[in-house]
Amino acid sequence: MALLLTHARYQFLETVRVPIALVGNAFFPAAAMLFFVVPAAGDHPVGATIAAASMMIFSVMTSGLFTHGIGVAEDRAQPWDPYTRTLPAGPWPRFGARVLTALGMTLIGILPVLAIAVFLTEATATPVQLLLGLGALVVGSIPFQLLGLFIGYALPLKAAVAVVQLVFFPMAVGGGLLTNPMDPPAFIAAVAPFLPTRGAAELVWAAVGYGTPRPLAMVMFGVWIVIAGALAVWAYRRDEGRRFS
Amino acid sequence: MAEPTAERMTAPMATRTEETLARAVEVSRRYGDVLALDGLSLDIRSGELVGLLGPNGAGKSTLINLFVGLRRPSSGRVELLGGSPADPARRRGIGVTPQETGLPANLRVREVVDFVAAHYPSGVERGALLERFGLSGLERRQIGGLSGGQKRRLAVALAFVGSPRLVFLDEPTTGLDVEARRSLWEAIRHFHAEGGTVVLTSHYLEEVEALAERVVVIGQGRILADGTTAEVRDIAGVRRVTLTCDDLPGLPELPGVLSTERDGARTHLLTTDADTLVRSLVRADVPFSDLEIRPTSLEEAFITITARESRAA
Repeated sequence: MALLLTHARYQFLETVRVPIALVGNAFFPAAAMLFFVVPAAGDHPVGATIAAASMMIFSVMTSGLFTHGIGVAEDRAQPWDPYTRTLPAGPWPRFGARVLTALGMTLIGILPVLAIAVFLTEATATPVQLLLGLGALVVGSIPFQLLGLFIGYALPLKAAVAVVQLVFFPMAVGGGLLTNPMDPPAFIAAVAPFLPTRGAAELVWAAVGYGTPRPLAMVMFGVWIVIAGALAVWAYRRDEGRRFS
Repeated sequence: MAEPTAERMTAPMATRTEETLARAVEVSRRYGDVLALDGLSLDIRSGELVGLLGPNGAGKSTLINLFVGLRRPSSGRVELLGGSPADPARRRGIGVTPQETGLPANLRVREVVDFVAAHYPSGVERGALLERFGLSGLERRQIGGLSGGQKRRLAVALAFVGSPRLVFLDEPTTGLDVEARRSLWEAIRHFHAEGGTVVLTSHYLEEVEALAERVVVIGQGRILADGTTAEVRDIAGVRRVTLTCDDLPGLPELPGVLSTERDGARTHLLTTDADTLVRSLVRADVPFSDLEIRPTSLEEAFITITARESRAA
């Protein structure tokens, strides 16, 4: 446990010492919030709340996919990563620290969205709903973190950068984060329940008091976790034997 | 080849407590089609300073990776401090140097040392460690801002953070200038003098010659020679014959010459049989002067052993 915190502390330090990484992490959801949500739905309490929740899912996705997908691929290219595996600790402190770091990045990413929602829109949530919503965000981040870990352990850095983008955009748009969840375009309505984005979003929406998660989206959310988890473990194991040195 | 005398055989047994700290038994490691280690067996005993020598791709780093738990053997057995290298508890007794310059650029010197120290039950004092490796006063510097030599010295220092019994140093002084290399050697000798065990690989044969008591030559995944520095030199049996001569007969006429090198008026001939060479020089009435015959450096011995092996393969 102490080692987990040690690893998390230094991984987090490594990340935050590159401030532009934080800005990049927080920028897209906050910008989307400012440019789309505030003008379009800012005056509408329900619309603003749901949209703010969607933007936080956005942040969860970027943190999970980018922090792990690119971060792990980058680390693997450095001799430091195999070195840490020679230290007397099992794989879990480092693995767990990665998850904690990504959650930390998520938190940093959602703060601007939260601030914009509070000060510039009519979005509302009780403190309990807010806490439930944060919990739902953590749960919702699981498939994206696992996918990010899979990409990071399976691919070299340059490929990982491309694949993370390729995965991110269809999942965000297809999951309905950029469209009205109450009245989505037909294509998105058909596709969304099969993407993990939708399941995560429905959890968060429900947490802040709107709607109940639909079974199909929840089952698919679980399926994504199982598949992404299996892929991540497979890629992690394979990584040991693949690299020459 | 010199026959080891009975005295030479027993001397180390009498002076050392022979506890085996690391052991490879019939170890093979395959990467796809490439066989990096081929049924290799090696014991590292406490108090030894072992130099692993071999060309690139010989399997040195793979062997170290097996000992430190980074890789598992395809077949055979690896033991570390009486257990498996995959067991983190065993690895508390060892220290490893990260290869090349791969330290996290954003962290400070102090932070990296503390990070590594957090893994060990007891460790050396940070200030003393940094001083021994010539890094005093740099605690608060970010690693990205260190010079190449400072990074390298920090990387080697990390192997000693947890007061290990056994350290593995893979190419510890690559990229260092002569002075920095010598001060690093001093730190390694200091650790060894206090009872520490060292396994190092190096491209610099000078380094192995200066530091190691025992030299293990590895080629194509197997051990080609294992002995004291002097013994390995003897196994190769190479002598350097130096003479001054304006008109030396062509190579084919000189028996047993491995290489010829001209240095001003002097000519250096490397040979496995100095006696025959000198006899044939005399017989051919070659007008040489200032004849000198010396044992070769480890480097020359090493080149001979590995060349002989690849010719046989």
